[in-house]
Amino acid sequence: MCLAIPARIVELLPDDQCRVELGGVRKDISLALVDGAAVGDYVIVHVGYALTRLDPEEAAQTLALFAEAGIDPEAAFADDATAAAAAQ
Amino acid sequence: MNTVKPGYVRPLDLRNGRVDLGFGAGGRAMVQLISELFARAFANDYLARSDDGAVLPALGQGERLVMATDAHVVSPLFFPGGDIGSLSVHGTVNDLAVMGARPLYLAASFILEEGYPLADLARIVDSMATAARAAGVMVVTGDTKVVEQGKGDGVFITTTGVGALPAGRDPGGARARPGDVVLLSGRIGDHGMAIMAQRESLAFDSEIVSDSAALNGLVEALYAAVPAEAVRVLRDPTRGGLATTLNEIATQSGVGMELDEAAIPISSQVHAACELLGLDPLYVANEGKLVVLCAPEHAEAALAALRAHPLGAEAARIGAATADPQHFVQIRTGFGGRRMVDWLAGEQLPRIC
Amino acid sequence: MKYVDEFRDGTLAAGLARAIAREADSGRDYAFMEFCGGHTHAISRYGVTDLLPANVRMIHGPGCPVCVLPIGRVDMAIRLALARPEVILCTYGDCLRVPASDGLSLLKAKARGADVRMVYSAADALTLAAREPAREVVFFAIGFETTTPPTALVLRQAAAQGLANFSVICNHVLTPSAISTILESPEVRRLGTVPLDGFIGPAHVSTIIGSQPYEFFAEEYRKPVVIAGFEPLDVMQAIRMLVRQVNEGRAEVENEFARAVVPDGNLKAKTLVAETFELRRSFEWRGLGLVPYSALRIRAALAPWDAEAKFGLDYRPVPDNRACECGAILRGVKKPTDCKLFGTVCTPETPMGSCMVSSEGACAAHYNYGRFRDVPVRVVASSAPPDQETA
Repeated sequence: MCLAIPARIVELLPDDQCRVELGGVRKDISLALVDGAAVGDYVIVHVGYALTRLDPEEAAQTLALFAEAGIDPEAAFADDATAAAAAQ
Repeated sequence: MNTVKPGYVRPLDLRNGRVDLGFGAGGRAMVQLISELFARAFANDYLARSDDGAVLPALGQGERLVMATDAHVVSPLFFPGGDIGSLSVHGTVNDLAVMGARPLYLAASFILEEGYPLADLARIVDSMATAARAAGVMVVTGDTKVVEQGKGDGVFITTTGVGALPAGRDPGGARARPGDVVLLSGRIGDHGMAIMAQRESLAFDSEIVSDSAALNGLVEALYAAVPAEAVRVLRDPTRGGLATTLNEIATQSGVGMELDEAAIPISSQVHAACELLGLDPLYVANEGKLVVLCAPEHAEAALAALRAHPLGAEAARIGAATADPQHFVQIRTGFGGRRMVDWLAGEQLPRIC
Repeated sequence: MKYVDEFRDGTLAAGLARAIAREADSGRDYAFMEFCGGHTHAISRYGVTDLLPANVRMIHGPGCPVCVLPIGRVDMAIRLALARPEVILCTYGDCLRVPASDGLSLLKAKARGADVRMVYSAADALTLAAREPAREVVFFAIGFETTTPPTALVLRQAAAQGLANFSVICNHVLTPSAISTILESPEVRRLGTVPLDGFIGPAHVSTIIGSQPYEFFAEEYRKPVVIAGFEPLDVMQAIRMLVRQVNEGRAEVENEFARAVVPDGNLKAKTLVAETFELRRSFEWRGLGLVPYSALRIRAALAPWDAEAKFGLDYRPVPDNRACECGAILRGVKKPTDCKLFGTVCTPETPMGSCMVSSEGACAAHYNYGRFRDVPVRVVASSAPPDQETA
């Protein structure tokens, strides 16, 4: 719900603020809800506030799950069998 | 003792002066404003005559007269890529150009707010003059009024233009047919987002620049490449964006449309800014883009002609008109599904959810 | 845009579509509710429905804070802004066009002279108050748990700064209560419970509250919950995970949005909210009626910044049009097209009920993005007698 978008912290600013960048666009937002964020981290931004940090490893794993979904186990098996037969 | 030379009039203080009510009163002050600011900048014989109207030459054989008008109330007055002055010239020139006409003459009427800095007004007028020269049009007559402080937004400009429509050209919103190809001259959303970025509470930093430009050169390049009757519809997608323009055409022509999202050019920064604010780029204003509905057998040539022109370098084929009694504009998303692109409901406002 | 574009990839979408089609049991139907308006929007805007098999149906839930905001709360803000010229009423863009009583909205009240201004962030309202000491800045705060922490922050900042000319009208509502209401309410029993097979849990609400609160629903009602990210690929993966759970007879909470959601959520934000707000005993949700312990009000210690207390605002409930079917639609019992008002009297320009009020609502999403699917394809020969028509 609540429209929120991942953006990269490019600069830390005083008063719990930071500058984030998304697709080349920069905006100053608040880090008051997130502790320990550093330049280079990605945060989820909602109404001018960072809600949480984004975990790059989890993101990569999720994308891998999507890719894995696209592989039809039946087809993969058939390909293996065909490949095995061709190698004979 | 009076040491002022007879006939001497102190020039306007264009650096520190401000608009006052006298400038709109019709007296000497107004005449001075016109001659030192407007006539100097627009520099043509019509204005030099200082008559109430401009006597214009007759049109060529077979040409028809086209007229268009546009009021400009943009805020802020100055923005990346333009200002209210250049916008007012481009807006009316483009209205004429999408009628297929060659834009020729403009009238410009100004409503100035008391207290507005003359230096800024001079910038605006110079910008108009530059835009007019580049577009090949002349500002031949005009009007100035001044309203009390607080009753205006600095400057409002209304431009009215006339142009000549050559015989054989007849683009119109009702002329699209199923099968016609939809062409777009370039990236959407630049102008609207350039303005948004200036709004105090939405402020973001970017390199987004308004695409405000005169389209008549691009239109002429198109007509040079394809037969006139192949150009069914010409529009510039201003307020309400591409989506609104295409819905208007669909309704007027009684057709549907199918678009390909992946084919619609958009800059990554405009895309990102829209994501950040929860806006749909299809509804964001443009001020220098052309939409063409073209007969399919000439679409290739039309696209090539657009791409060969500097303003059309990123032109793309974005879809086609269809037979649809509901006149829906549909789009195939980059994701693979389909959805409608409906009319804009009210003004587009940034969302939180 | 990193972490955005990859989650919208069309090729991966096709792969996920094939996977769902493979895994869905063709002998049964699946009905999943996406609770959150943002997911409704993603499904509509990307045309996700086209990539799902016919036996997997998505039902749009009430998770749009604008949609469920009762007319009476908007009336309260409008009355305040019109009655007191010193008030600057600030709110998010989403609220400005919500139609309230007497043909007014906040935007229309502005046209009548009320000083109503849109802000992108609660912080902007606070800054405005600091800049305009002679005016009273009132922030009309809406939103689920995602949007509540920012309001908590500005309230605390206003208190810390002793800013006397800033206050908040708090309309924050809670997600778990809404889910309970859908599953529990007597109306559902009257209208007939939809065989809801599972939920797609909200994305950003969950970054704050974590995945833990949903375990109650999974256990108590034996319904699987998959928390999904905001992008269309997230939604499809979540649907796939739900299909699997249903096939395997499981009712667990799974977290597809692992890149941003952890079981405990954002402790700092949760603590801040708990210190700033307390539960209202009940609160009216448009379309759902009174829901107990579903909304927040500002704690007594912060009363000087609570606009309801400060200005003595009173709430008067306003019923919806009697033909409005939002209640049933929000519970997934009816579809937008089942409502007599849909598309005729009730459109995004003239919304009659909560489902049409913002583009996240089920009816608005369908109207804006999907109503082309409602039109039946009929080939009719104009001069042929009726029995020769092919439908």
